[in-house]
Amino acid sequence: MTTPNRISERFRALAEAGQSGFVAYITAGDPSLAATLAVARALDEAGVDILELGIPFSDPVADGPTIQAASTRALANGATVAKVLDVVRELRKTSQMPVVLFTYLNPVYVYGFENFLRDAVEAGADGLLILDLPPEEAAQNAEFVVASGLQPIRLIAPTTPPARMAKIVSGGGGFIYYVSREGVTGEQKDISDTIGEQVAEIRRHTTLPIAVGFGISSPEQAAAVARQSDAVVVGSAIVRRIAEHGGEEGLAARIKEFVSPLVQAAHTR
Amino acid sequence: MSSPSPVYAPDATGHFGQYGGKFVPETLYSALEELEEEYLKAKDDPAFQQEYMNLLTDYCGRETPLYYAERLTKHLGGAKIYLKREDLLHTGAHKINNAIGQAILARRMGKKRVIAETGAGQHGVATATVAARFGFECVIYMGAVDMKRQALNVARMEFLGAKVVPVTAGQATLKEAVNEAMRDWVTNVRSTHYILGTAYGAHPYPVMVRDFHRIIGDEARRQILEKENRLPDLLVACVGGGSNAIGLFYPFLEDSSVRLVGVEAGGEGIIKGRHAARFQGGRLGVLQGAKTWLLADEDGQIELTHSISAGLDYAAVGPEHCYLREIGRAEYDYATDDEALAAFRTLASVEGIIPALESSHAVAHAIKVAPKMRPDQLVIVNLSGRGDKDVSQAAEILLKKSV
Repeated sequence: MTTPNRISERFRALAEAGQSGFVAYITAGDPSLAATLAVARALDEAGVDILELGIPFSDPVADGPTIQAASTRALANGATVAKVLDVVRELRKTSQMPVVLFTYLNPVYVYGFENFLRDAVEAGADGLLILDLPPEEAAQNAEFVVASGLQPIRLIAPTTPPARMAKIVSGGGGFIYYVSREGVTGEQKDISDTIGEQVAEIRRHTTLPIAVGFGISSPEQAAAVARQSDAVVVGSAIVRRIAEHGGEEGLAARIKEFVSPLVQAAHTR
Repeated sequence: MSSPSPVYAPDATGHFGQYGGKFVPETLYSALEELEEEYLKAKDDPAFQQEYMNLLTDYCGRETPLYYAERLTKHLGGAKIYLKREDLLHTGAHKINNAIGQAILARRMGKKRVIAETGAGQHGVATATVAARFGFECVIYMGAVDMKRQALNVARMEFLGAKVVPVTAGQATLKEAVNEAMRDWVTNVRSTHYILGTAYGAHPYPVMVRDFHRIIGDEARRQILEKENRLPDLLVACVGGGSNAIGLFYPFLEDSSVRLVGVEAGGEGIIKGRHAARFQGGRLGVLQGAKTWLLADEDGQIELTHSISAGLDYAAVGPEHCYLREIGRAEYDYATDDEALAAFRTLASVEGIIPALESSHAVAHAIKVAPKMRPDQLVIVNLSGRGDKDVSQAAEILLKKSV
């Protein structure tokens, strides 16, 4: 990936400061596109290093009940691919927080893959993670190559054999997202105890930073994961709070209040 | 399996032309590779083939008859109509062919738990049946709406020892049941085999499921040659995901004189949200593991579907059907709810056979085209399942219509 980008610059700054990063996921359009913009700005103020912005899909097979419900609400409230890109464009006017678009293939495919890449870059997005686009399919279909300035974020799971890791990371950019448990997205009582070894295994194949997610919701869990990785991803725990306070005036402030200690925990490890 | 082996095969990674593939979250990718490897080994293993054939014969009742529907033929006054009687198979539909094959595979892979989605309940019953037969723990995901319209099958699955989990997301039918089964599989991938019920999903499912159902076409081809000493002119089968159709069509692919017609669910007509005919109102897209034709809006969100038949009420179609259509080898038409219901009644009253509402779509197409064909022409209709499960739903609808 040629030109300097906000994601790698952020990771460089974190490394220099000896910190682990914090990645926040929210579903765009839940409860409304305007609320998403306000929450995104609040996340930036809370010190979030990277925003993963979910483009909702009607059939999110890798997501648990919390994010499924958020997607359903977002679609019911009129979120579309183009309108999510508008949110990114608006956010970019006042924020340099890196944005990774997180979605499933069909909305992007129907939008037109190339058009989507062009418009996403133009709006100010920095990375793209398509949950149901494995590297093999991306490599075989010229139509699914993520280029043009968006960092292709790649996933590794606990079930990924080491032999496959090299293939996955070779076309990746930005960071590697290690999904720390078998299962769908959602909060968990305990974090996996194999994170350390798995991260070490992934490091044998790549120099990209490694972010770890799935199931993390408390500052204690965030700190524990931060000690073993380059960044911590929290999604469902934030989305659940957006669901609980969605209709309220002070939604953005409440989310900032919830996320700030998580960011602190990740940064201080 | 004596028929010629067609060259219609996907590439090494499961693409039929531009369709198919393996579009799944990373957690499942290696499980699909393990399944593919085991399937390819089993396919060439005489012990596997023998166990599969023995169970199909002694446990399921194969081969199924190819029945000359003399009264229906006279009633329509055209081509000679044969019915491939998959409705006579154990559990009442073709689905058991695939469930048996995948159960043997699951045991070979050391899995102790099987899961499945079901629409009409036929695949759920088939899976619950093989789970009982093989001693697997079994969970079936079924849309809450489908559980209501197919209550009889829910009771059957429960008697067979399966846990039936209602899925209330979205429109609470087959597509949502597949989503939920995939989520279960992502979570329990090491202990669990997902017995996907149609020729759909990520590679190797479309190929594997087709291979387990090709016995329908292999038998039908041999039987028609025995009875008529020639190949048929037309094959007709309903297409939800497309497993019974591809099973019948596949051994005839190289017989270019044989027309192949798949019949989709036209619901209340080709109106957005009121049908499930992907080749009528659909577009190219990617859903639940495969690139295929599907019903989605301009933003790529999957549209609502409707069919009187729970088994055809699905937004996407098997990738091999897309390919056969693209190369002009097979054609796809649709039958509406009303046409299927009329066919359901006709076959019951003229032949004494109550077809499943799914299969009634194929019968409806035969009723449409047979009168326009010559009496010396031959049609085989795949009667993929029996209609006992649909009797109360059909009675309710007919009662409403008569008021």
